[in-house]
Amino acid sequence: MDKKSFIAYPYVVWMVLFIIVPILLVFYYGFTVETSAGVQFSLENFKRFFEPVYLVVLLRSFGLAAISTIICLLLGYPLAMILAGKDFKRKNVMLLLLMVPMWMNFLLRTYAWLTLLEKKGIINNFLSMLNLPTINIIYTTKAVVLGMVYNFLPFMVLPIYTVLSKIDKSVIEAAEDLGANSLTTFKKVIFPLSLPGVISGITMVFMPAVTTFIISRLLGGGHYKLIGNLIEQQFLSVYDWNFGSAISIIMMIIILISMAVLSKYEQIREGGGLL
Amino acid sequence: MKKKVMTIAVFIFVVFASLFTGCGDSTDKVTLNVYNWGDYIDEEVIRDFEKTYNIRVNYDTFATNEEMYVKVKSGSSKYDVLFPSDYMIERMIEEDLLHKINLDNIPNYKYIEPHFKNLDFDPNNEYSVPYFWGTMGILYNKTMVDEPINSWTVLWDEKYEDNIFMLDSQRDSIGITLKMLGYSLNTVNEKELEEAKEALIEQRPLVLAYVIDEVMDKMIADEAALAVVWSGDATAAMRENDDLDYVIPKEGSNLWFDSMVIPKNSTHKEEAELFINYMCETDVAFKNADYVGYSTPHIEARKRLEPEIRDSVVAYPNLEDLTDCEIFHHLGEDLKLYDRAWTDITAR
Repeated sequence: MDKKSFIAYPYVVWMVLFIIVPILLVFYYGFTVETSAGVQFSLENFKRFFEPVYLVVLLRSFGLAAISTIICLLLGYPLAMILAGKDFKRKNVMLLLLMVPMWMNFLLRTYAWLTLLEKKGIINNFLSMLNLPTINIIYTTKAVVLGMVYNFLPFMVLPIYTVLSKIDKSVIEAAEDLGANSLTTFKKVIFPLSLPGVISGITMVFMPAVTTFIISRLLGGGHYKLIGNLIEQQFLSVYDWNFGSAISIIMMIIILISMAVLSKYEQIREGGGLL
Repeated sequence: MKKKVMTIAVFIFVVFASLFTGCGDSTDKVTLNVYNWGDYIDEEVIRDFEKTYNIRVNYDTFATNEEMYVKVKSGSSKYDVLFPSDYMIERMIEEDLLHKINLDNIPNYKYIEPHFKNLDFDPNNEYSVPYFWGTMGILYNKTMVDEPINSWTVLWDEKYEDNIFMLDSQRDSIGITLKMLGYSLNTVNEKELEEAKEALIEQRPLVLAYVIDEVMDKMIADEAALAVVWSGDATAAMRENDDLDYVIPKEGSNLWFDSMVIPKNSTHKEEAELFINYMCETDVAFKNADYVGYSTPHIEARKRLEPEIRDSVVAYPNLEDLTDCEIFHHLGEDLKLYDRAWTDITAR
């Protein structure tokens, strides 16, 4: 930290105002309850979270987010490899196609899926025109997972692509010179080197997926409450800010732990981490 | 190190100070801060008011009662006229956040339909002047149902599996269930709530989705046979799709009001009353009702509407028939009972 650090002050102010102060407020609300005698310190909110109804919601959130993350990884990694391949000529067009949907508002894109997937929507109209069976996934968990994968896929592709395109080509050539076939090269060289990208991709998909409330509301038709819906409900319709804050704290802790585990793993492999 | 901390502290102070002090008004012209629901007024009316009375209007909108409440309660923004709903007005009166309105300054109050005076949330008409009102009921597609719809129980009929839209709103969905069971939709009796909860859990497999705003588009697109909606949305949807019809079930339903009030921290109470009176002028009330499409409580304004809306039983049901309809009350802490029940219903 030298004299130039004053440049960081605006951000420090920003951070204090919009990150630290809100977090302190969340902790204040989470650890207190309002009783007739006034505000009191209490762990009541946390105890309440461990009732079965809420645990079901927690498990469902993590389950759906994990499925979406795995699908994103399976779809995204090959795509990133194609993009990073040196022979691929239309790379910029592909990258643009990947980015263009991100220029549109997230909510609008999710609304669009609602219209595409509905019982008499465009997809089903098209299918029945061809005399094919129609699909009925709207308002099911499948639609929720589809919405998550669609919305968050670029967050998986881009970090992996960045890491892959920075891999020194001579390392791969060396592997080939030493007699490794392409599968071995991938397993022993490319994949281990791309792990930092994979891990940041996983984090960038998993975090928003586990906390989303709008995708489950719209595409899940309110049938599948996720943790995000639960928090939203506490703040907007019950005014129980204390319980809402407690759920948020639990979420923050779980996310911090998973990030710590991921970055530890990454440090062992590569050094330098996310945290 | 100390110096650095000081600099940061000064920064924060300056930012906070500029956040919480509004810009001072340089002219003598009074500025009236009006806070209303989004898309809930013909904005031409505001410009006319500014011209007529030489008062500047600062118009701002909110999306939920709660959002409005938080802003007014915290005092971070000062408003002079608000448009909250019934239960929120009750809450604000309880918390002493509202000025009493001097009705002598609102001569146009005489145009308000007498049925809409002395309502539960403001029993002596001291704090609020009604702006729009409506009901809740079932919007149904005539081609998809084969019996007359007149009861909430149709929403529990297995024939309509995956053909029902419910509202993703705890008070409303539990409220209509309580009505169906013959209880008050403001009940805090745990046994009654438990019964409503069991009924909604039983209904869940039949429900296509729990929706909010998107229900209108879905019903217009023939996506389901039955939906629980507010009358304003029903009127709009029926205009787009002739197969739709709306009914207020015989067991009774919810009756709602959005009314104009003046918050305690308003510094221009007289001008605010002037504004409220202006909103109740026949011309103005008509313009708003025509633009917004909700039901106006203004007798003369209603008479000027197109006959198909004016005489529609959807927008303007016979008030004598609404005796079983109730207005939501502010429940305070007891709201948590509803939340518990709703989480039990939708989280499983």
